[in-house]
Amino acid sequence: MNSSTLAESPKPKVPTVGTKIASQIKNNGALWAFFLLLVINILITPNFLQIQTLYVNLTQVATVAIVAIGMTLVIASGGIDLSVGALMALAGTVAPMIFLSDFGVANPELGLFVAIVVAISAAGIAGLFNGFLISKYKIQPIIATLILFISGRGIAQVLTNGELQTFDNPSFEFIGTGRVFGVPVQAWITLVLALSIAWVLKRSIYGRFLLAVGGNEKAAELAGVPATKVKLMTYMVCGLLAGIAGIITTAINSASDANQTGQLMELDAISAAIVGGVLLTGGRLPSLVRF
Amino acid sequence: MNHSYPTEAQQGASLSSTLSNDGDLVLHMKGIHKHFAGVPALSDAELKIKAGEVHAIIGQNGAGKSTLIKVLNGAHKHDEGDIYFMGEEVSYASPHKAQMAGISTIFQEVNLIGYRSITENICLGHEPKRFGMVDWRKAHAHARETLARFGLELDVEQPLSTFNIAIQQLVAIARAVALDARIVIMDEPTSSLDEREKEVLFRVIKELKASGVAILYVSHHLDELFQICDEITVMRDGKTVGQRAIGDMTKLDMVAAMLGKDPEEIARGGATNFASTGRASDQVLLSVENLEGAGALKNVSFDLYKSEILGLAGLLGSGRSEVARAIFGLDSDLKKGEVFLEGEKMDFTDPMAAIEKGFGFCSEDRKEDGIIPQLSVRENLTLVLLPKISKYGLIDESKERQLVTDFIQRLGIKTASMEQPISQLSGGNQQKVLLARWLVTNPNILILDEPTRGIDVGAKGEIQSLIRRLADDGLTVLMISSEFEELVEGADRVIVLQDGHSIQALANDQLTENAIMKAIAQETRHPVA
Repeated sequence: MNSSTLAESPKPKVPTVGTKIASQIKNNGALWAFFLLLVINILITPNFLQIQTLYVNLTQVATVAIVAIGMTLVIASGGIDLSVGALMALAGTVAPMIFLSDFGVANPELGLFVAIVVAISAAGIAGLFNGFLISKYKIQPIIATLILFISGRGIAQVLTNGELQTFDNPSFEFIGTGRVFGVPVQAWITLVLALSIAWVLKRSIYGRFLLAVGGNEKAAELAGVPATKVKLMTYMVCGLLAGIAGIITTAINSASDANQTGQLMELDAISAAIVGGVLLTGGRLPSLVRF
Repeated sequence: MNHSYPTEAQQGASLSSTLSNDGDLVLHMKGIHKHFAGVPALSDAELKIKAGEVHAIIGQNGAGKSTLIKVLNGAHKHDEGDIYFMGEEVSYASPHKAQMAGISTIFQEVNLIGYRSITENICLGHEPKRFGMVDWRKAHAHARETLARFGLELDVEQPLSTFNIAIQQLVAIARAVALDARIVIMDEPTSSLDEREKEVLFRVIKELKASGVAILYVSHHLDELFQICDEITVMRDGKTVGQRAIGDMTKLDMVAAMLGKDPEEIARGGATNFASTGRASDQVLLSVENLEGAGALKNVSFDLYKSEILGLAGLLGSGRSEVARAIFGLDSDLKKGEVFLEGEKMDFTDPMAAIEKGFGFCSEDRKEDGIIPQLSVRENLTLVLLPKISKYGLIDESKERQLVTDFIQRLGIKTASMEQPISQLSGGNQQKVLLARWLVTNPNILILDEPTRGIDVGAKGEIQSLIRRLADDGLTVLMISSEFEELVEGADRVIVLQDGHSIQALANDQLTENAIMKAIAQETRHPVA
């Protein structure tokens, strides 16, 4: 109350050019840091200003970006997901197992389709499991997702007896190495996912409920917001996105290594989400998504 | 005010009688003044406590009891006045410092560490040491000894949280004793205790008293005071209006003193029959029968008539909020009781079901479970409505904006724009947004828990007249308020709750502040559990 009365009483100052720039930098710090990095690299890194540099960057950043989208949702709901790296490994392991199986070899196209769908679904179900522990049993997210952080990768390793699966499947590898209109495929996937999820968050009742639950869960429940459902959905989507990222990683490497896929991805994704502007205590999405 | 209590003569007498043996005073607070943001909370408050007495402070809500206690235990710094503790002038910077000096406060909610053992809680900060390590054997023995003084035998190595609230409270008292407290302040100590637990507490209080510890006792339950107190200090509007031995007072005297009225006037004006009601219609919309459970409820029944404003009055801990929460499906641990909406039995297990049936509920704590601080006025306002203005999960934004614009205007919500974060609004405007959150869903029954708490006078008036207008337009309102004035002026009828029982319904001529007070003060009619 005190802060509100304080905020109301002073007349708004006339913005000067200086304060305008200051507030611009304050509100869009990440963007400005990005421009600064660009400028520095253009000045000092040899051959930086080439389209090839952009594509290499897009290729490398795509998986982090996709996982970070899911992480952004989870953090906005007031939680965190440590299991995303392990879920990447899980999806990255399941897909080759299917298209390398007898069924997959006999029906290459259907096999590939089933491989991708099943792999991503497995990660989604794992995310649902996270959400279930968190929303139904009220286990703290950091603990609940620690379970799959450890065991998810273990499951992937058990599935392959800890062995590296190598393959030569151009159709699958296209996901990781192909180009469409000259732009890497995973960059397109990232773009489509980012735009569609941003649109859903902005326009849908789910997006609003997500922020309400993250902002003040008690108040949200009292207002009839189905907090349990919202959380289940959020962790499931985060799992699905991790699954997609796992498949891309595997496709880039032409090999699936349950031990390596998605290592430390949870930290990259959390960092990316926070740099992007999500509030760690929940209830706020990056301003780019909101308007 | 014309019947101020006690009379000057009485006051002089009581003052002089205590002055004569000033040497026994363990505490003397005099001329205490305290302002909060220019609003006086205490003006010339006085308190005198002798060693080994149980001293009660009584007064209405806002009389300054809590502030006085907080000045004493160092939670607040007074603006003016002196505090003498054991003959020395003192002023504590924090409750911890006061505790170390011998003034311990037992809060309503026990502020101990639930995960740690009883021993650790009792000995925290002054553990017996041996070779630089905690001597656990000695510590446990010390804890057992301290509790044994109260006739308690507990496994002191168990975590505190495994014991019930009464035991936890006694452990808090034991900690105070272990710290050699000279004064133990108890703020509504019995609010969460049952009869048996209360007896144990009273026994402990007598033990303490016998060992020369003074108890400062604050309670709304006047009946209790007769059981254990020696002296009564009455406060009104931040002032100490008198001090007397409890033997010289009746319950009616106490109520009269708290209100600043003449006892006879109250006795005359009181309501005993409640045949006539001021209800707006004869149609029972909601019928609440024998609610029991949910922590504080023992037996609550009442009818809510269509388009009336029904007030729920009662002291803290009487079960006011619990009734509202139970009806709205927020407390699922109801042991007994039924709620009927137009004759149909309701079985709300969560708010969604209640909202579906046309209920709305503004909780008493805006910050805690009202506003979503990060969201804008618009997003806060439409939170409940969203499913109704969405199709395939997508929000009809133009409709949303139009409704929000409409309600901002209708309720006179002062906001820079509908996109302003709600946390930047004043308390009164936040409350209007929360009201609008329900009104926009066009509810049948709106439950308002302390709708004007913590908002300034202007906004308060606006909200009150808004509630009245809504009821005139056919909305049925169940309003909880700890301000009797608000209930008397705002409500058509008032149900008085006492210790989880609905004890009386007041309406029309009978509906006065005095009548509510009197109902609360009357001897308990219900059988004691």
